[in-house]
Amino acid sequence: MESRVLVLLLVQATALLSLTGCARDRLVKSDGADAEQPPVIEPNVERREIKTAKIDTEDFEVGVFAGQISVEDFGVNTLVGAQFAYHITEGFFVELAAGRANTEPTSFERLSGAAQLLTDSEREYSYYNVSLGYNLFPGQAFIGKKRALNTELYVIGGVGKTNFAGDNRFTVNMGLGLRMMPLDWLAVHADLRDQVFDIDLLGQQKTAHNLEAHLGVTFFF
Amino acid sequence: MRRLLAVFALCQFFIATTGAGAEREYREVVIRDPYIELHTGPGRGYPVFFIAERGEQIELLKQRTEWFKVRAERGEEGWVNRDQLATTLNPDGEPFDLPGLSLDDYAARRWEVGALYGDFGGANAISTYGAFSVTPNLSLEFWVQEVLGRFSDSTLANINIVHTFYPTWRASPYFTLGAGAIHTVPKATLVGTVDRTDNFAHAGVGVRTYLTRRFVFRAEYKTYVVFTSRDDNEEIREWKAGFSFFF
Repeated sequence: MESRVLVLLLVQATALLSLTGCARDRLVKSDGADAEQPPVIEPNVERREIKTAKIDTEDFEVGVFAGQISVEDFGVNTLVGAQFAYHITEGFFVELAAGRANTEPTSFERLSGAAQLLTDSEREYSYYNVSLGYNLFPGQAFIGKKRALNTELYVIGGVGKTNFAGDNRFTVNMGLGLRMMPLDWLAVHADLRDQVFDIDLLGQQKTAHNLEAHLGVTFFF
Repeated sequence: MRRLLAVFALCQFFIATTGAGAEREYREVVIRDPYIELHTGPGRGYPVFFIAERGEQIELLKQRTEWFKVRAERGEEGWVNRDQLATTLNPDGEPFDLPGLSLDDYAARRWEVGALYGDFGGANAISTYGAFSVTPNLSLEFWVQEVLGRFSDSTLANINIVHTFYPTWRASPYFTLGAGAIHTVPKATLVGTVDRTDNFAHAGVGVRTYLTRRFVFRAEYKTYVVFTSRDDNEEIREWKAGFSFFF
């Protein structure tokens, strides 16, 4: 009898054990099945990569120029210089320019032979100026049938200082220029300027007009 | 032959990868206006040669004044005015904040440089300055001036404290106090004169007006007291006007 009860208990215990084992198994299995099942609503969001690259601004222009300047009483002379500009709007720009030239002797000095009005260092003509320009006629110029260049005709004027004949002279400049742009960042300039200052070198105070024509190359950055 | 092909393929691979690496990434925006006009240059006078429609994605390549160089979906490159891009969107649909400067940026400026022209006791004066804003109201300025007169030339260097009354106003008056030194060189045509250097103090009033972008108009009036080595101090009045830029 006792052994029968024992057997029964044993059977019960094993049955319980196996059942709980099964249940655990089933639990594990059902977990696995849930993970495999596709979700009811799948969020269909595509992540877009947003580029926050900076936009390059090209408002500055820097370059060099060379040309001729007619210094009143002192002949026509070769001129070299550099310029720097800041474009404020599509119309207005501010320009800083500096140039220098070596002037020739006056006609009087040539004819008299020995008389020298100026020393060699005084003969050097150098200037700087600050000017405000306005792009009056922007447009295109055509070269042949197929090629077109962006151009701008501008008026410019400003003030500056000229060092000539041993003194600094307050100088007003005004003129016209043509800016031709074969590339966005490259420009070729053709400029005509009048540099006006008062001079009393030849015994009498007078206003001298010094006409300047130059070609230049500039880069936008 | 096979080796040659392999080398060729390798070369192509290198070109492709280095090319991809070197290409700059640009800001992309989506057009919101019905259409935008692409001009051949950054200005009103340059002809329109292409049109991009609403919904197209364009790349912003660079900016000059108020014009942006853009690349359309089909690869055309041209210049578009800022006004037409004002409503564009980011690729995620958010409004795109077009970079630009306004009165607020001007009011919050830190650095300022400028050039002015005027009259210094009857002589022509060219002045340049650099300024640093300590607070929105108070700034420190360093000036270098060149005075070109009939009988002498002078160079001035001075330091100023400037108090701006209403820094957020488009046109705002200011008061300035400062001190510096003046070096005077008589003209070469005058005989028997010598160079001299004197100290001075000055006070003045002026007005600053914000124009556009980084551009400011400025005009001021100052009175100088030059402490000469003679019996009397010299008083000089100066007015000048010009332009400045802020950063």
